[in-house]
Amino acid sequence: MRLKLVPDETKIDFFRRSRLFVLLSALLIVASVGATLVMGLNFGIDFRGGTTIRTESAQPVDIGAYRDAIGDLGLGDITITEVFDPTFGADQNVAMVRIQAQEGEESVSAQVVADVEAALQGVVPDIRFVSVESVGPKVSGELIQTAVIAVVLAIMAVLFYIWLRFEWQFAVGAVAALVHDIVLTIGVFSVFQIRFDLAIIAALLTIVGYSLNDTVVVFDRVRENLRKFKQMPLKDLLNVSINETLSRTVMTSGTTLIALIALIVLGGDVIRGFVFAMTWGIIVGTYSSVFIASAILLRLGVKRDWSKPTDTTGNQFANIDA
Amino acid sequence: MLQIELWKRILIWGTVALGLLLALPNAFYNRVESYNDAVAVGAPAEGWVDWLPSGLVNLGLDLRGGAHLLAEVRVGDVYETRMKGLWPEVRNRLRAARDTVGTIRLQQGPADELRVRISNPEAIGEAERIVEEIARPVVSLTGAGQSDIEVTSEGDVLIVRLSEAERLATDDRTVRQSLEIIRRRIDEVGTREPTIQRQGTDRILIQVPGVGSAAELKEIIGTTAQLTFQPVVRRTTDDQTVAGPGNELLPAMDEEGTFYVLEDTPVVSGEELVDAQPSFDQNGMPAVNFRFNPSGARKFGDYTANNIGNPFAIVLDNEVISAPVIQSHIAGGSGIITGNFTVEESTNLAVLLRAGALPAGLDFLEERTIGPELGADSIEAGRIASVVALAAVLFFMVASYGLFGVFANIALLVNIALVFGLLSLIGGTLTLPGIAGIVLTIGMAVDANVLVFERIREEQKDRRGPARAIELGYEKALSAILDANITTFITALILYVMGSGPVRGFAITLGLGILTSVFTAFFVTRLLVVIWFDRRRPKTLEL
Repeated sequence: MRLKLVPDETKIDFFRRSRLFVLLSALLIVASVGATLVMGLNFGIDFRGGTTIRTESAQPVDIGAYRDAIGDLGLGDITITEVFDPTFGADQNVAMVRIQAQEGEESVSAQVVADVEAALQGVVPDIRFVSVESVGPKVSGELIQTAVIAVVLAIMAVLFYIWLRFEWQFAVGAVAALVHDIVLTIGVFSVFQIRFDLAIIAALLTIVGYSLNDTVVVFDRVRENLRKFKQMPLKDLLNVSINETLSRTVMTSGTTLIALIALIVLGGDVIRGFVFAMTWGIIVGTYSSVFIASAILLRLGVKRDWSKPTDTTGNQFANIDA
Repeated sequence: MLQIELWKRILIWGTVALGLLLALPNAFYNRVESYNDAVAVGAPAEGWVDWLPSGLVNLGLDLRGGAHLLAEVRVGDVYETRMKGLWPEVRNRLRAARDTVGTIRLQQGPADELRVRISNPEAIGEAERIVEEIARPVVSLTGAGQSDIEVTSEGDVLIVRLSEAERLATDDRTVRQSLEIIRRRIDEVGTREPTIQRQGTDRILIQVPGVGSAAELKEIIGTTAQLTFQPVVRRTTDDQTVAGPGNELLPAMDEEGTFYVLEDTPVVSGEELVDAQPSFDQNGMPAVNFRFNPSGARKFGDYTANNIGNPFAIVLDNEVISAPVIQSHIAGGSGIITGNFTVEESTNLAVLLRAGALPAGLDFLEERTIGPELGADSIEAGRIASVVALAAVLFFMVASYGLFGVFANIALLVNIALVFGLLSLIGGTLTLPGIAGIVLTIGMAVDANVLVFERIREEQKDRRGPARAIELGYEKALSAILDANITTFITALILYVMGSGPVRGFAITLGLGILTSVFTAFFVTRLLVVIWFDRRRPKTLEL
């Protein structure tokens, strides 16, 4: 008995509702961009500067009392959230206190942290500060810049690589798919106001890698079939290629999702946002490589004569054996 | 056909065995860690076998707990000190030439400049020349041949400032001095594996595991080391020497087994030292110039006048850095220490001489404190999640591919061991996102195998014999596997270069995971499949 997520032979027409999917994706992209513009992102201190203090106590968290205690200090915008996690013990009550970067201070003030800790200690005597992180506005500005550069650089690098290994149409299709994935991921972070920090940038870059991974496997098959079926209409050829690789696509996405879901549930709250970004990215990444990348490839058309291998055609690697 | 030559088999098994061996110490983390600590201090080490590798994966601060500081050195502070230190000499020289330049007066101006008005404007050129005589060559590789100060004039005002080359050299020296001082102070506290790195031109990253909080770390950095100049009573090689009342016995820093008996009361202490610079003596030998403030200069002058021919000791944190013999009366508060120095040694001595105080202020741009219990919780959560993820993927693979799934699973386990082995080998740091990277690798590592297995299925459907199907499966899946993994590897590389701290930890595990997963799919799984096929010779493949 074998587990088969996808039957041996599939003949799904992925382009029958192609317009619908492209429209859906376009709508989602507009919604994501709109949400990000209107609601903004819930930037963490990495990008906005400020201080976060993670507290732990045996007593239940009373956000109102915490707020009253710190409110007198006149520190401007303060956010207090209680953190829940299935891995916490019964006497672990965790809260995150976030204080904005203080006006006119280039570096981090130890006094502010000490004041806040003392104030909280006054309300909850057994409170412990398990982590305190401060980032000055100077560094956070640079971190934003570096993050943007990293994402753009990653996209350019893979665009170049795909163009080198395939044809430019493939590169455009692949990059369109991965921009789609990144925009939708940022959109989700905006809609649910999940904290967006440095780790999320790492997740975005992983999505770049994964989304391409999927797209490249499909494109590799397209390239092979272009040589094999010289007369087949491009639309049918793309359909055959996607169907042939479907089983693999589902299988790999499946194992990756299984692993990530284990991490979401059991990995603790510190990296939950990060893992969530990757999980979501893999779902949209799989979707986009099947529906979006190939739709764009179909629209752009490709060079059909692959009989004479040129420098840019594949299989340069084919003579490696174990 | 399906042959794999013997040497390749040996190479594959050898690599796998080596990886497992390198990963092994991590399975006994605490034991190996205390063993390594014992070895480091030269104590009798127990609990681990000598001939096994004992490299461990470093745990990042987010997993181990500790303090992280990013400090920016205010390099500009030093210009001001240098200019202030220069004023007495400028004044003395101009006063000596009072007949030509007239009376002089110090003007208010930017802190990094010295502005002097002279009453005889026609003689400004002469004044410039006089002050330029003070200039010394810049001691640095890039600035060689240029002088350290720049003298210009505006009307009757003489302007002295540090030259561009000297500023660059000074900035570099300031940051290096700060780094050296911070390192000495943290080493004194004696915590395990602190990271103290220079970042960019003027920043210093300090990460110390096991320190309670960033505030505590700042206190450690803020404490001043003690620099003194003390009279030498005698030199000895016996560490049991009784120093006698009013004296003390201190070891020499460079020479093992040499000790000095010194008078307790210092002649001058480090607080009175305003500057120390690497330079050259009359014979062109590397030396160190130093300068005291006025009160220090007077004390030092009196002492040297009365003790020509006697040695005196320069003592830093209860170690004698050097004990030169006084050659002549040193007036004016500045002196030179000569010896058999190389340029590097004289630079280091200058650094050490100034090590009493940080040369410039520090701005703390980033501080993070992670409690050890939070790190321990994260490790535990990561461990459970990894085990569950692994179990689920293993089950899923067997359910989908049967025996081939078992092969892929063996390769997956080898893969994880290889990631840990490589991490231990290169001394990489495991962070919380890094654990996520390993879990992601668990999920994605099977991808290469899945691509091959699906391909073999297809080839078999095209009525090829099993041996041919396996061969073609590997051959045709190759380009897809390489392209897919190279693109992911590129992003991991960019993350590594651009990222810092935890994010970099993620990039390392992701990148290593890609390398090992391609290796295991192409060599380990394939070898297993071939061995199995040789023994059984099945008519069809159960895939």
